[in-house]
Amino acid sequence: MSETARVRACPGGPLLVRGAAIVVDDEGTEHPVTRPVVAVCACDRSSRRPWCDGTHKSLRDRPT
Amino acid sequence: MQIPEACGPVSRRVSQVLAGRAVSPEVALADGSLLTDRDSQLGLWMIYELSYRGFDDVDPALEWDPELVGLRVALERRIEHELRAATRGRVADALQDSGQDSDQVGELLLRMVETDRGPQLASYLRRDASLEQMRDYLRERSVQQLKESDPQAFLLPRLQGSAKVALAEIQYDEFGGGRPERLHQQLYAETLAAAGLDPTYGAYVDDVSATSLASGNVMSMFGLNRRLLAAGLGHFAAFEASSSVPSRRVSAGLERLGLAGAAAYFDEHVEADAVHEQVATQDICGAFVADHPEAWADVIFGAACCLHLDHLSAGELLARWQPREDAEVAS
Repeated sequence: MSETARVRACPGGPLLVRGAAIVVDDEGTEHPVTRPVVAVCACDRSSRRPWCDGTHKSLRDRPT
Repeated sequence: MQIPEACGPVSRRVSQVLAGRAVSPEVALADGSLLTDRDSQLGLWMIYELSYRGFDDVDPALEWDPELVGLRVALERRIEHELRAATRGRVADALQDSGQDSDQVGELLLRMVETDRGPQLASYLRRDASLEQMRDYLRERSVQQLKESDPQAFLLPRLQGSAKVALAEIQYDEFGGGRPERLHQQLYAETLAAAGLDPTYGAYVDDVSATSLASGNVMSMFGLNRRLLAAGLGHFAAFEASSSVPSRRVSAGLERLGLAGAAAYFDEHVEADAVHEQVATQDICGAFVADHPEAWADVIFGAACCLHLDHLSAGELLARWQPREDAEVAS
């Protein structure tokens, strides 16, 4: 695993994180990274935090 | 895998060539839609399979048999024509929506999928599907999912730079990230077994519908024809972007039906495809269009093909399962 993590914020979506070994959530729990790039929830509505589960899409401006 | 059972003149001719038997006279392709013609799709699927894992006791050299290649090209031409006609409106809307700004391709692809209003198959599977309907769904998807991501592997050597890196990144994840037990194809096989179905590669080729075969064939067509590279990338992006939320619903449906043991594949795709949809739309398609502005419309065409086939397949399954008078309620 590289020493440098790279983070890209996706507009209206998650943070894409590359090169991290562990993501720590807001309760201090450590979540090991098991794939080459992970999507970290930025809308706070994911059912699988800290990981994105696509829920942000239902928050965007769409017809209901 | 055994040679599948022919169901018409095209698949019969292909199976005769594969079996090395004297062949019937050259076939004429069916009139009308080939996407919904099971015989055409099965014949094409068998030809493509020669480029994947082949069939028991069939000469692998037949992959480049001039007659099969000729038939393949004739089928592909018709299918591409049909797809271009069927997606013309969707592509025109998307291009108008974006003003063809190449920086916007990733966002546009995400919006195309988000605003798409097709038959709500995943919602039906979550709430209403019976056990037998769920198994029917798993069976229909099995022919493609047991070779998940294999067609897109053909796109890789045609790319360069950051689009190539991004596709390789997704594929590494799809192919298990260095752990054979996490290979997505293997996870799907385990889902089939947990649902009491046959996890063998190709086990249900003789059972699945034309549109299930077509959904996979279109990926192979885009993967095996370099001229359709951009469409293959757009298709892949739309496929990934239409997977995370539906996977969550299918997983919930499996749990409702007491098949939680079969849900691991779908649980993995909730998380994996929330990543892959961002990487595929922005890092693959965005980077590709930045380098190849002329390919913009074909990327969108590929995405529209994915949505079109999703609609055909979802509509077909819902119509199969629901009494006619109820069909409107769930769609």
